[in-house]
Amino acid sequence: MRSSVGDRIFNVANWLILGIVAILTIFPIYYVVVVSFTDPAEYIRKSFILFPEKWSLASYRYLLSTDAFARSLGVSAFLAVVGTICSLVVTASLAYALSRKRLRGRNVILLLILVTILFNPGMIPQYMLVRQLHLINSLWSLILPALASGWNVILMKNFFDSIPAELEESAAIDGSNDLSTFFRIILPLSLPSLAAFGLFYAVGYWNQFFNALIYLNDAAKWPIQVMLQNMLLNADNTELQADAFMAPPPAETLKMAAVVAATVPILCVYPFLQKHFAKGAMVGSVKG
Amino acid sequence: MPAHEPRAGAVPRAWSPGGETSRLRRLALDLKRDRYLYVLALPGLVFFLLFKFVPMWGIVISFQNYSPFAGIGGSPWVGLDNFRRFFENPDFMMLFRNTMGINLLSLVCFFPLPIVLSLLLNEVRSLFYKRAVQTIVYMPHFLSWVIISGLTFIIFAKGDGLVNNMLEAAGAGRVDVLTNPNLFWIMLTIQSIWKECGWGTILFLAAMASIDPQVYEAARIDGASRLRQMRHITLPAIRSVIVVLLILRLGHMMDVGFEQVFLMYNGAVSEVAEVFDTYVYRVGIQQGQFSYSTAAGLFKSVVGLVLVVIANRIAKKMGEEGIY
Repeated sequence: MRSSVGDRIFNVANWLILGIVAILTIFPIYYVVVVSFTDPAEYIRKSFILFPEKWSLASYRYLLSTDAFARSLGVSAFLAVVGTICSLVVTASLAYALSRKRLRGRNVILLLILVTILFNPGMIPQYMLVRQLHLINSLWSLILPALASGWNVILMKNFFDSIPAELEESAAIDGSNDLSTFFRIILPLSLPSLAAFGLFYAVGYWNQFFNALIYLNDAAKWPIQVMLQNMLLNADNTELQADAFMAPPPAETLKMAAVVAATVPILCVYPFLQKHFAKGAMVGSVKG
Repeated sequence: MPAHEPRAGAVPRAWSPGGETSRLRRLALDLKRDRYLYVLALPGLVFFLLFKFVPMWGIVISFQNYSPFAGIGGSPWVGLDNFRRFFENPDFMMLFRNTMGINLLSLVCFFPLPIVLSLLLNEVRSLFYKRAVQTIVYMPHFLSWVIISGLTFIIFAKGDGLVNNMLEAAGAGRVDVLTNPNLFWIMLTIQSIWKECGWGTILFLAAMASIDPQVYEAARIDGASRLRQMRHITLPAIRSVIVVLLILRLGHMMDVGFEQVFLMYNGAVSEVAEVFDTYVYRVGIQQGQFSYSTAAGLFKSVVGLVLVVIANRIAKKMGEEGIY
């Protein structure tokens, strides 16, 4: 097909603009990754590094030689794995029960869930509840209050609604009760969808920061985000220095190594997340 | 109830003697039949009741002079004193101004960008290039606010930030953008754009994907340029998505990204950085004024609720789906 001059100018301009947008987006990430692998001496000498002359693992070696950093990565991994599993179990089983239209009390429960989406009682009552449950300083304070969101329950219920009813009817005729129908027929069918919800829950647990800040007093229990905040924004490396055996690299390259180490797990699940973006956009776009 | 309708309960009794008991029996049978479903629902129900509804009851302390030792039962009631104190406090106007300022700036500068970006992405002919750009611009959405503010410091910090190191190498002086109150809102907006602009295109791109390609073809044959196709075909097709998102955005005018502001907060910018949530944290959790800060938080939640309900009603009135 013949394309006009105007068309071609448009294409080139569009191509260029999008290229610039992509570069602006990727540049901070690229810069941090590159500098984190740069030889500390070179970083101090130069004011701007686009590509290092000498690569070095010094910052990572220091960072991972400290117990504190590795431990906080471990805490976050624990939260992400255990939290995601608990969240999926609670969300999916409630959503399935609510997707059965014959269930008595279903509309009342759905209404209550809608109320929780629309109205948030605020930070202090939530904090007081966690304190009364004696969860302060326990890692469960970061999992239990965040187990499910009303939105996820409703989205998952809508998904279960779309599974043909004939499937369960035939299972019921074969003598399967609701419990075994759920575990042996519905859940296996919903694996792709569960994976999507799971990934978004996992990213949420990995990234959660504020709850950890107010519920945990003990630095040994800090998840990675609190550790990072302390290093990056308070410029406080005492937690690290306490148990490092070597001379610290420059604060800046150390920070960047920490940023990269905390982001790698997200970047690992990113390709999987990508398959489920449309669903994720719905999860994220309208939070109460 | 219209006058000609019989009293509730009268009808079943008329055609089935002992209707009340048979209704109870049916309820019992239904409950028994669905017992496994209730078992499945139980953990979720307990979660919602405990972690979402018990805190709603905790709101009562905003009408008390709560002391942790006396508990809710033993603390004296003070009526609306906490609210009065909050509204009379000069902090209140500051919080309101900052919240609205940050939101308005984001509405004007941030809201249109995902629309523009998705229009541009929609015009890319090379599928590979489009995918590559999408992969890159979606990524920051998944980074935590701690990482984002860390990146901001790494790039803009006065002491050892990238921009300032370059400025100094070029012979210009160092500039301090992170502790400048005039730039604080702008920095927040830039952060939000960097993090969420790409992600924001998803809903628009989904709406664009449903446009029939024949419409574009017909326009092309009629000699419409690409820009005109964009304006007269693509834009009208996503108009309703834009309207809904705009209305919902207005419904969240009381909300400011709490972690974002909290992490960028510093003493030099406190006048322009304090918003409702950060204030509740500082006064409530750090200073222990539970009742007063609960009142402040409740005010924000109630106004937010009213805004969302109004926004939703408007969206529905315009024939859109709304959020509930």
